[in-house]
Amino acid sequence: MIEFNDISKSYRIARRGSGFGNAVRSLFLREYDTIHALNHISFTINDGEMVGYIGPNGAGKSSTIKILSGILSPDSGSCLVNGRVPWKERKEHVRQIGVVFGQRSQLWWDIPVIDSFELLQSIYAIPVSKYRDRLDELTQLLHLEDLLKTPTRQLSLGQRMRCEIAASLLHDPKLLFMDEPTIGLDAVSKIAVRDFIKKMNEEHKTTVILTTHDMQDIEAITNRVILIGKGQKLMDGTLEDLRLAAKSLDPEGENSETDIDHIIAGLYARLNIM
Amino acid sequence: MKIGENIKLYLKYASVCTQSIMQYKVSFFLMITARFMISFCELAAIRFLFDGLTRIKGYTYGDILLCFAIVQMSFTFAELFGNGFKTFSGMVRKGEFDRMMLRPRSLILQVMGSRFELGRTGPLLTAVITLALGIRHSRVTWDMAAVWTITAMTVGGTLLFIGLFILEASFCFFSIEDTSLINVLTYGAKSHGKYPIDIYGRGILRFCTYIIPYTLFQYYPLQFLLGKAQDWYLPLCPLGTVVFWLVCHAVWRYGVKHYKSCGS
Repeated sequence: MIEFNDISKSYRIARRGSGFGNAVRSLFLREYDTIHALNHISFTINDGEMVGYIGPNGAGKSSTIKILSGILSPDSGSCLVNGRVPWKERKEHVRQIGVVFGQRSQLWWDIPVIDSFELLQSIYAIPVSKYRDRLDELTQLLHLEDLLKTPTRQLSLGQRMRCEIAASLLHDPKLLFMDEPTIGLDAVSKIAVRDFIKKMNEEHKTTVILTTHDMQDIEAITNRVILIGKGQKLMDGTLEDLRLAAKSLDPEGENSETDIDHIIAGLYARLNIM
Repeated sequence: MKIGENIKLYLKYASVCTQSIMQYKVSFFLMITARFMISFCELAAIRFLFDGLTRIKGYTYGDILLCFAIVQMSFTFAELFGNGFKTFSGMVRKGEFDRMMLRPRSLILQVMGSRFELGRTGPLLTAVITLALGIRHSRVTWDMAAVWTITAMTVGGTLLFIGLFILEASFCFFSIEDTSLINVLTYGAKSHGKYPIDIYGRGILRFCTYIIPYTLFQYYPLQFLLGKAQDWYLPLCPLGTVVFWLVCHAVWRYGVKHYKSCGS
């Protein structure tokens, strides 16, 4: 269970005008902007839920994932994941979570995938028999047979993403955080990834939190959607709720019935969170 | 986690890194040869220097060779094990460090393990040659105390240099600016440390005792090893580098805490 309670987080970023003069000036005089990445965000997610966490770029999605996974500590508010504070009990906490970053690889570039997996086995100290079973299961579900002996650098993006997902699940985590797992994938790979996530959830009751810009991901996988924008929670409900909200904001909208992407774009525009 | 498990994981990392490097065989052999050549030139420089001199501030050719061998070994081991800290800013920028925080193991162990580079062992060959020459030319009686002293000096030096690498890496948590200034303390110390520190004068000797305690593994135990002083505590000085290492470790931990609150 995840309890995310009244969390705020802001960053200070250096700002300067363009050009050489301003660059020199900023050597001596720094100006800072404060960005409120998260503004009093609260939600609760129960075991076995599949939640889509959506919002435009810069809405605070990654900050949320980072706080949930213990990489970042918030300025205020409290967060408990299965009874633990993620950023305070790092080692115990990360044992039970798996994290997939669509834009970053966790596999070692120059060695065959299977060697990366074996290193992960050592890192998580997974008993050999358990590791074998798990590897067999993941290999079957994600069709990795032919990929395991290939060095990561020679895999296509879709192949690599399947291996990435397997790598995040070797230690059998109860929670899976996915930050844009389908980014840049072709249709076949996308569908394979979606099917796999659903299967994981059905068979292992894995809780899944997924950030994405691909509305078909949301439609296919999640039964609950949390919408954030400019660091604030704007909606928390089913996909149907999202459609209704769009409709009520724009009763005469032409697209609101047909295409989920348009619904979201309409919502962003109307709630002024672009 | 038990120490045994950590060593096992480190060896696993080392084997994975070595396998990766072996993918690029030519560059591996070039690197190991280049590093050997560089360090061998330093040895040659000492040899030429002593063509015209018999002593520098009371140190003979053999004395200097022993000192150089110890510093060279320490630094090479430190580079071998602590290489990850030297490339740490890149790890932070590429998000690799975030990934390490998602793994239930010591961060220091992961940073050290993920950049183990066998190619850095080149200078070790020079160090061994220097040591052999030094043993032949110096008049040290190799009893238990001498063997302990030279071993402790090498291990202490390794700890101190790794500590400095950790310190340098820790600055990445606070600033994205270049931190190569601290290279003066590592590379600078390596190249000047081949001579006993007292030949540089009192000021430098003080700096190297109270600010960055190089003398703990070099000057003081060396006096004992070369038979210039007999005080019982001199061979124990290298143990002091553990304290220095702990200080660096504390700075690192503070840096990690800061990183968590600021993000990358």
